[in-house]
Amino acid sequence: MTDSEIPPLLLQTPFHSRVADACEINLWEDWKGYTTPAAYSNVELEYFAMRNSASIFDITPMTKYRITGTDGHAYLDRLVTRNLKKLDVGRVMYTAWCNDEGKVIDDGTIFHINDDTFILCSQERHLDWLEWSALGFDVKIEDVTEQIAALSFQGPTSCAILKKMDLEGVENLKPFDLHHYPFQQTELMVSRTGFTADLGYELWISPEHAENLWDALMKAGEDYNIKPVGSEALQIARVEAGFIQAGVEFVPAEQEVRVERSRSPYELGLGWLVHLKKSNFNGQQALKEEKLNGSRFRFTRLDVQGNKPAENSFIFNQQKKVVGMVTSAAWVPTAKRNIAFASLEMPWGKPGDELWAEIYYLRELKWARVLEKCTVLEEPIFDPERRHATPALDY
Amino acid sequence: MKKYDAIVIGAGHNGLTNAAYLAKAGLDVLVLEKNPYIGGATVSRELHEGWMYSNCSYVCSLLRPEISRDLNLPKFGLQVIPYVGGVTFKRDGDYFGNYDDHERQYREIARHSKRDANAYERYTADVTKQTRFIRPFLLRTPPDPTSFKPRDIQELLYLAKSFYNLGEKVLGDTLRFWTMSIGDFLDEYFETDVIKCHLAGSGIIGTALGVYSPGTAYVLLHHYMGEVDGSVGAWGFARGGMGSVAKALAGAFQSFGGEIRADAEVDRILATGGRTSGVVLANGDEIYADIVVSNLDPKRTFLDIMAEEDLPASVVKQARNFKIRGSSGKLNIALDGLPTFHGLPAKSPLMTGDMHFIDSLERMERAYDDWKNGTWSQDPYVDMLIPTQVDPTMAPTGKHMMSVFVQYAPPKLATGEWTDKDRDAFGKTVIDQIGTYSPNFKDLILHAEVRTPQDIEDEVGLTEGNIFQGELTFDQLLFNRPFPGYAQYRGPIKGMYMCSSGTHPGGGVMSAPGANAAREILMDLNHPSTVPEAYPDD
Repeated sequence: MTDSEIPPLLLQTPFHSRVADACEINLWEDWKGYTTPAAYSNVELEYFAMRNSASIFDITPMTKYRITGTDGHAYLDRLVTRNLKKLDVGRVMYTAWCNDEGKVIDDGTIFHINDDTFILCSQERHLDWLEWSALGFDVKIEDVTEQIAALSFQGPTSCAILKKMDLEGVENLKPFDLHHYPFQQTELMVSRTGFTADLGYELWISPEHAENLWDALMKAGEDYNIKPVGSEALQIARVEAGFIQAGVEFVPAEQEVRVERSRSPYELGLGWLVHLKKSNFNGQQALKEEKLNGSRFRFTRLDVQGNKPAENSFIFNQQKKVVGMVTSAAWVPTAKRNIAFASLEMPWGKPGDELWAEIYYLRELKWARVLEKCTVLEEPIFDPERRHATPALDY
Repeated sequence: MKKYDAIVIGAGHNGLTNAAYLAKAGLDVLVLEKNPYIGGATVSRELHEGWMYSNCSYVCSLLRPEISRDLNLPKFGLQVIPYVGGVTFKRDGDYFGNYDDHERQYREIARHSKRDANAYERYTADVTKQTRFIRPFLLRTPPDPTSFKPRDIQELLYLAKSFYNLGEKVLGDTLRFWTMSIGDFLDEYFETDVIKCHLAGSGIIGTALGVYSPGTAYVLLHHYMGEVDGSVGAWGFARGGMGSVAKALAGAFQSFGGEIRADAEVDRILATGGRTSGVVLANGDEIYADIVVSNLDPKRTFLDIMAEEDLPASVVKQARNFKIRGSSGKLNIALDGLPTFHGLPAKSPLMTGDMHFIDSLERMERAYDDWKNGTWSQDPYVDMLIPTQVDPTMAPTGKHMMSVFVQYAPPKLATGEWTDKDRDAFGKTVIDQIGTYSPNFKDLILHAEVRTPQDIEDEVGLTEGNIFQGELTFDQLLFNRPFPGYAQYRGPIKGMYMCSSGTHPGGGVMSAPGANAAREILMDLNHPSTVPEAYPDD
């Protein structure tokens, strides 16, 4: 080897110059080996940009695989729990995929780009599992994480801004549609997807055009209160939206060391993603058995009394026995609720169960403890009309 | 003819809150509103095409989070978006800016005085002690100190315990704080006039008192005890204007089966044999109910829509003596673009907050002198905001809406009633003042609504246009609001109740009076309370 250098600890995304300029408080974190901002200036205002106007979040570090080849469709259908045969060109599907024991390896989105090309986008890295699962299929799987720059562009004014950028007909994209638009000298892929349960899009472009995309968005969004947002604000929106996250709500099955750390789709509230009747898929047999014999855990979304987030709380039943723990918690400012996601031992977590969260909180260097009553939520707490409406509403 | 379980007079936020909690308990409730639209002073109105004005109340903080959550107001369209910033412009071309982050704020104060920058920490701690004391009382009914009922004794003990928990020193501070002037209070912390001035505004807003009048320190507290999502003292914009608050409350009320009738002015509360049986509308219709709740201020309630012969003489006397003085006006302005201000960088984050143009306490006191002399302030204190920098729904893209609260404006002028000419001159005074600090402001004006105290009284029904439905001075607070003996929301005749900001804990878009009154009514009906308890403020 020549010109040997110590490799950098953290990489920078193709948006980094713009992100660094906008990040006023230098609150950086490591996301999949990239330097990314936890916040830019004020978490609360960033959160409200997502819910009131428009927000940009750099999702380049998300793991992206391109799957090509004549068996691509059949291969992916065998990989994931959901019936992928219905996924037409120009559509995106959210799904989970499992190991043979029926435990979730990850959840993510699959983009059907054209006849033979798909993109699989997820939080964790899975090339090893993807290749094992590809035995017998005529497919090519490439890690294209570094070849695609991506932004999550969410909020009520997001469509208005894209229209202002002359993305003709973008308002007609239905949720989970994707479309390519000419942008400057290149092509911009837009999908109506996101992690906020609001009107919003994800924008995909080649890295050399990343800065131009950022600049164009900021310029078009000038009068629409557009703001770049960091991971802390996104966390609040995610909890409000009711979305789980790998590494937070569950240990990805292939990374599990201790028993019972991973979860099946049923144990994560993802039963709706499992189509047991479809043709053979990874984990099918185990999931059939689980469906028959019952699961070990139940994922619940809890409405916690009071206004203190139940972070890291144990959940008790009325006999004061610990029946589970909180995985994510936040006071969610638009729905005005104190929400906690909890993984509970069966049979706890049915609607109407009496549950209590043990919450610790710090006031002027003194810890205090409170037990707050929890109500199991059955409906989403944030599901605005603009999330579903097509053509997209003007805020 | 149909008889309701309860009639609530006035579809302002407290009337709607009260009605919602009664309807939640299963009562058949009718809300009557004199205007063709609901909301009272919590209203959004499109008075210039494409521009929505929060044309009375204009910012939100006091609305109790327990109520917002309990009635699920977000489901009915309410979103409160916090804002930061704020700036007071100085005559010499400089300004004082209120940054939201601690260290930039420190440097900004230090730019004027390093000592003040440090004193600000003591100020914040001291004011926080006071807000912690007061907040738990907002969703409680004040005890009657002359009563020996177990509940009153229990509540008095709670009050005594809260006082005791403050500790001896803070207890002394509290008693001083509740009675002293905001000017004197700030003099104990700061040496820089513009900083005192920026903070003093909260002590006089909506109040017919000057910065050196005793009692104004408490008014500041009243503006600090609210919150946005747990951030105590923070303020926000209701998306779509303040009318969204009323709309959401109405949505909650209707989801419980409640009925609202607009264009239905109440002429009289029916009273026979010491109890109410309903109301008579201005059009002569009679509507019957055993419970009638007035959301009108105490003067209108007891002197306008009730007959003196139906009331104890002492109540008539106390209603007449109730202090509800008009002190403020309002301009709502449609702008063709975002104005710039001398000394401030374009699009400064300070501009998303409250802006003011008076830089000394002396100028503020002089502004009050004008009020005493029967004219509007020639150099007014304004509380000016441009919510469209944050809220994309209130004006066309790139255009803006400006809300200008103006202090002082008397309910009557020395020359007599307000005339159209006076209103124009009042508007010009305010526009000229803003124009002095903003070079392009006047050119951007597309439409302006100018509201005098008289206009606010005529349209909204607030006596003298007083935004709090009665001065927030110690003689009219807690168990003295609106007057001694009537602070527990029950009126002087059976079945008649009060739920307005004229009752504890007072004005601002808080919904606490409405909720507290509902709890008392339900108690009288032996019905379990539907009103949530306050979050502990620990």
